[in-house]
Amino acid sequence: MKRILLMGNPNVGKSVIFSRLTGAKVIVSNYPGTTVEFTEGIMRIDGKDTEVIDVPGTYTLQPTSAAEKVSVKMADESNREDTVIVNVVDSTNLERNLNLTLQLLKKRIPMIVALNFWDETKHTGVDINTEELSKLLGIQCIPTCGITGEGIKKLVDEVKHAKVSAFEYNEQEKWQKIGNIVEKVQKVFHRHHRFSERLGELSVKPATGIPIAVIAAFISFKVIRFIGEWLIGNVGEPVFENLWAPVMMKVSVLLGSGGIIHDIIIGKLIDGGIDFGQSFGILTTGLFVPLAAVLPYIFSFYLVLSVLEDSGYLPRLAVLVDSAMHKVGLHGFGIIPMILGLGCNVPGALSLRIMETKRERFIATTLMAIAVPCMAQIAMVSGLLGKHGSQGFIPVFGSLLLVWIILGAILNKILKGRSPELFIEIPPYRIPYWKGLLKKVWMRIIWFIKEAVPWVQFGVFLINILYTLRIINFIGNILRPVISGVLGLPAGAVAALVIGFLRKDVAVGMLVPLNLSLKQLIITSVVLTMYFPCAATFAVLVKEFGAKDMLKATLIMVLSTLIVGGILNFIL
Amino acid sequence: MAEVISLVEMSPGEIGSVVGMQGGHGMIRNMEGMGIRIGSKIKIVSQQFMRGPVVISCGNTQVAIGFGMARRIMVEKR
Repeated sequence: MKRILLMGNPNVGKSVIFSRLTGAKVIVSNYPGTTVEFTEGIMRIDGKDTEVIDVPGTYTLQPTSAAEKVSVKMADESNREDTVIVNVVDSTNLERNLNLTLQLLKKRIPMIVALNFWDETKHTGVDINTEELSKLLGIQCIPTCGITGEGIKKLVDEVKHAKVSAFEYNEQEKWQKIGNIVEKVQKVFHRHHRFSERLGELSVKPATGIPIAVIAAFISFKVIRFIGEWLIGNVGEPVFENLWAPVMMKVSVLLGSGGIIHDIIIGKLIDGGIDFGQSFGILTTGLFVPLAAVLPYIFSFYLVLSVLEDSGYLPRLAVLVDSAMHKVGLHGFGIIPMILGLGCNVPGALSLRIMETKRERFIATTLMAIAVPCMAQIAMVSGLLGKHGSQGFIPVFGSLLLVWIILGAILNKILKGRSPELFIEIPPYRIPYWKGLLKKVWMRIIWFIKEAVPWVQFGVFLINILYTLRIINFIGNILRPVISGVLGLPAGAVAALVIGFLRKDVAVGMLVPLNLSLKQLIITSVVLTMYFPCAATFAVLVKEFGAKDMLKATLIMVLSTLIVGGILNFIL
Repeated sequence: MAEVISLVEMSPGEIGSVVGMQGGHGMIRNMEGMGIRIGSKIKIVSQQFMRGPVVISCGNTQVAIGFGMARRIMVEKR
């Protein structure tokens, strides 16, 4: 056996079992030729390394989305010599889950079933006879509970002896067969509603759900800000000011305290010292911005988001906003890429593949690229506008929200077709498995450091070169009519707009030394968000949608930026 | 004789069993994937205003169904 495929419906606790089975080393890869991601890890069985793959969740083997297509392909490519399927089943929903199990049996690949959420069967009033179920299906069925680890050891032992089932059925009698199995193995008892179920129902009823959503958003926002600011003030800044600055000063002296190389690496000395916000050297500002100013917010954002994800809140939010989202041509689930985009637009763009139609994906992409600022940018804008308080924040984020709504409504009107219907499972509320949650946050942070830091470094390097060669001045002169005339910004802001193509956080950082007025700060913050997504996001979008659609989207971006920037310049 | 109405005409808390789905193969297959078939017993959990989705529970599964789709699911109310 070379690999294990973990397969099952969405929301059956597959990922928790995955993190129980595999060690710390986990790789997220793209399925060849697609942007669908899957997680891969290694498990040692009898001293041999075995690949474990967390296959994207699917309800049937007749796929409806790109992610489900990948799941089906992975099963099809496997052969019985070197693969074992571990079918993770939600034991509180046996009948529905057996639909996929029976389809998987037909693949004739060695398989075992993990009856997950076994602990929940007691209070959901279900009793399953596992021996009988194993006998009927012709493969081992093992009760598991990912969160406590119950049954995982047995699961690992049984994987080695996985068998190909001889279970036969034809399509017409599939549900009949499932019904028979369920009747034979499952007893249902009367049960009482639990608090989490009450809360679950309250959060999808409009009268109570909307206040709950507002409270959840408010708390999330407060927590993100609190943790982010605390980390910046108590970890990020002290480490750079007290530990890194002296080292950099020594390097500065070594490089002769000036000259091109010095300016690229250390940057300009301000009052004889290093100012991590303004010096603009690769090793000063180029490290400070991503690691000390942005990373704390990325961490706190993903921590809060992962709690919302793993507890099962997000699908409920999707239900509440569904009819509003239809106004911009999306359905309720479209809120999720937007929320992910607030962290970083790249994962936001990747998550667009959960949408079924091309029209939806185009609208969602355009809206996200134009009007959803990422956490890197929000963190920097907060720093910049902090002293003005809500006088600065409200116009910036209010304009972006308005743009999002108006542009969405326009796109919904002019694009052919209509938005498809929401159709999602609402999983019960569950307490997140903290180890799995931390692993996820950790992977997202590593990903941020790997993706963002090189771009920031390149951005800082490029801006130094462009200044030295006076190219910035040249571009500034050409664009002066637009920059000053339409947007009312000083020519110096051109440099920030050029670097904004690469990274938004660096671009906002470049506004610090310009001493812009509040009005100019508001306009640049809005314009920087809107005119173009960062290079990394753009690359993903081109891969996902092709150059032609992205050209259209880019045209919309440039046009709407000029209109919105012009209006702000006029009315503020 | 129980009355047959569409899912969107039911109110939260009411129960019934599915007697028909006016939709293509894809819709029926998707419904089956979530465990909703002809004969399934369902309960309405919530309904949103402004033609929002209907949330139903079927066994231990809760599913949100968009208004347009929910309108095409016929239920015998009990």
